[in-house]
Amino acid sequence: MAPIQPARYDDEDAPGGGGRARKAARYAVPVAVAGVAAATISLVPALADSGNPSLPSITAEQLLTKIAASDTQTVDGTVKVTTDLGLPSQLTGSAGGAMFGGEAGKVQGRGGQSPAAPQSQLVQLLAGTHTLHVAADGQDKQKISIIESAAEYSIIHNGTQLWAYDSASNQAYHQTLPQDSGKGSASTTPQDVPATPQDAARQILKAADGTASITVDGTARVAGHSAYQLLVTPQHADTTTVGAIRIAVDAKTGVPLRVTLTPKGGGKAVFDVGYTRVSFSAPSASTFTFTAPKGVKVTEGGTQHQSRPDNRDRSGTKGAEPTVLGQGWDSIAVVKSQGGPLAGGPADKGFKGRHGNGGAESLMNSFGSHVSGAFGSGTVFHTRLVNALLTDDGTLYVGAVTQSALTDAANAAAK
Amino acid sequence: MSRAEAKAGGPAVGEPEAAAGHTGGPSGTAGAGGPAAAVAVRAPRPLWTLGLFRSELVTVFRRRRTMALCAVLAGVPLLVGIAVRIETRGGGSVGGDRGNGPAFIEQVSNNGLFLTFAGLAATLPFFLPMAVGVVAGDAIAGEASGGTLRYLLVAPAGRTRLLIAKYVSVLVFCLAATLVAAVSALVVGFALFPVGDVTTLSGTTLSLPEGMLRALLIALLVAASLVGIAALGLFVSTLTDSGIGAMATTVGLLITVQIVDSFPQLHAIQPYLFTHYWLSFADLLRDPVTWTGIGKNLGLQAMYAAVFGSAAWARFTSRDITA
Repeated sequence: MAPIQPARYDDEDAPGGGGRARKAARYAVPVAVAGVAAATISLVPALADSGNPSLPSITAEQLLTKIAASDTQTVDGTVKVTTDLGLPSQLTGSAGGAMFGGEAGKVQGRGGQSPAAPQSQLVQLLAGTHTLHVAADGQDKQKISIIESAAEYSIIHNGTQLWAYDSASNQAYHQTLPQDSGKGSASTTPQDVPATPQDAARQILKAADGTASITVDGTARVAGHSAYQLLVTPQHADTTTVGAIRIAVDAKTGVPLRVTLTPKGGGKAVFDVGYTRVSFSAPSASTFTFTAPKGVKVTEGGTQHQSRPDNRDRSGTKGAEPTVLGQGWDSIAVVKSQGGPLAGGPADKGFKGRHGNGGAESLMNSFGSHVSGAFGSGTVFHTRLVNALLTDDGTLYVGAVTQSALTDAANAAAK
Repeated sequence: MSRAEAKAGGPAVGEPEAAAGHTGGPSGTAGAGGPAAAVAVRAPRPLWTLGLFRSELVTVFRRRRTMALCAVLAGVPLLVGIAVRIETRGGGSVGGDRGNGPAFIEQVSNNGLFLTFAGLAATLPFFLPMAVGVVAGDAIAGEASGGTLRYLLVAPAGRTRLLIAKYVSVLVFCLAATLVAAVSALVVGFALFPVGDVTTLSGTTLSLPEGMLRALLIALLVAASLVGIAALGLFVSTLTDSGIGAMATTVGLLITVQIVDSFPQLHAIQPYLFTHYWLSFADLLRDPVTWTGIGKNLGLQAMYAAVFGSAAWARFTSRDITA
């Protein structure tokens, strides 16, 4: 076979003296591109919010006054909420990837409630990382959207109207609120699920009043804004599992931009809520209007008349108002069931309702540990922040305190 | 220098050395050898690349396996549409009350246009990239195993040009495959279900023309999401002389990456995986549209194209073509 010698005009195919060197040079191109690409992906987000801006020094009191005096009523931003209680993933339902884009791992409908009802949706914020879009214009108009993969859950509060739309199930929820509901609380969410840094900071500063040391601890950049860092450390509280709380406060407007809670045991933050993008200009009015689209099933939540709105009552248990032992950071909530034995306990109902299967009990036993003491025996459930003791006679002790504090409280109650 | 020099006059077709020998010895430098060769023949016509590209395109689309892959892609939305139609015949909802199953499936029975979104969401994780992996893996290695690569290189096109023509034809296949799935879903959706205004994920309503425009944009985004695996497949294809091996490796890599992407414990490496932001196309159906995920997806695909495209170039222009 005769040698085939094609004529060529491509420079890059022309011969060179050191073939091996040239070969190496060619392979250096993809390696260099890969290096630049990897560096871009990993460094750019880190650099965007790095560095400590130099701000005029300020005392903690001044900063607290600034927060209280902040009259920013309009906000439009993206919030990232990360909760890492160290719970087993079966409980939180975040296991496995939804490869086909569905919300496969989501908590199933509980107790026949509409999947679009706020109380069944906001619980998911208690585990994992979520992205939220938050818009607010005064106390009467708020919108919170939980951005999920190929799905979204929105709550729109406009005056007396509360709408919620769940795209995964294509269902809506509507509730008419009493006239004065907007006053005093600037959030439509149940108070124990803080969805924005403002909510979280408000709750923490309320709890910290007089029971914690509050200091200014440097500055930070959050979502492109220069912010002061407020460090809240619990004081006179020996049994609490709360280590420290950092609140980043916008230097210009006094709006809390980020709240991070680290446990006493160290490690990653248990709770981290912060803006990744925020603007304080008013969102367009159409943001807060909602008309149920055609073909959407709407569940009416009814009109609220009672002083304690339904959407605050997440647990869905009847009777059994919790009593609180101790005070400040060491406080323990006690829920006594009227039913007595474990099977009728309110916590058990809650768990069963929440997961809709008979395996809840075995699941509880699999991650709880058995303890006994003067109060009898019971099961302790650990998370990285909150611990809970469910005694065999059906009393539930819950608090952000150590396990021994819980058993001590149970022992004291048994006397 | 290389093996090719040892077997001078052998089957090392298209080797740089062979060209150099023609113009004055292997010691000729890049600056002297290249232009001299070009002048000796003729100036390259710009349309030449187009011709090469056209012939590559015809090669891809006339294959029977391409037809079969397109048939599968058209069949998936049909299957989904019929299943939803049967399930919701009595007025029930799909997958119980809680929105299980592929994204957008819940809205299909209300609005046939959603079958396009559901169909793309169902084919994007596996069927589409598998088809692209087969075509891309076959691009160079298939020619090599068929013994036709050397004849392609006989033509005075140069390896870089051939590689670019191959890659572009694979990209055209990405677009064509996506459009086949989308159009099939659109036709089935319009035939089986009522069609009307589109409800966004945020609960707002878009008019039907606006919804169709979004569907087109989504199809283009889905096609763009396949750019990364196309480059990966092309690179694998330059590594081996076995067409089947290259296809199997590309599809195997796809499956591996999909599995790695589904483990929450491996979140540290997931932003680097080309499948990680694929579902971001759904962000086009939010109100307001969030561009963060879409931007990340496109950026990641561009990076994969740059990294594996240049790796394929480095390999293909410096290897010995023996088949």
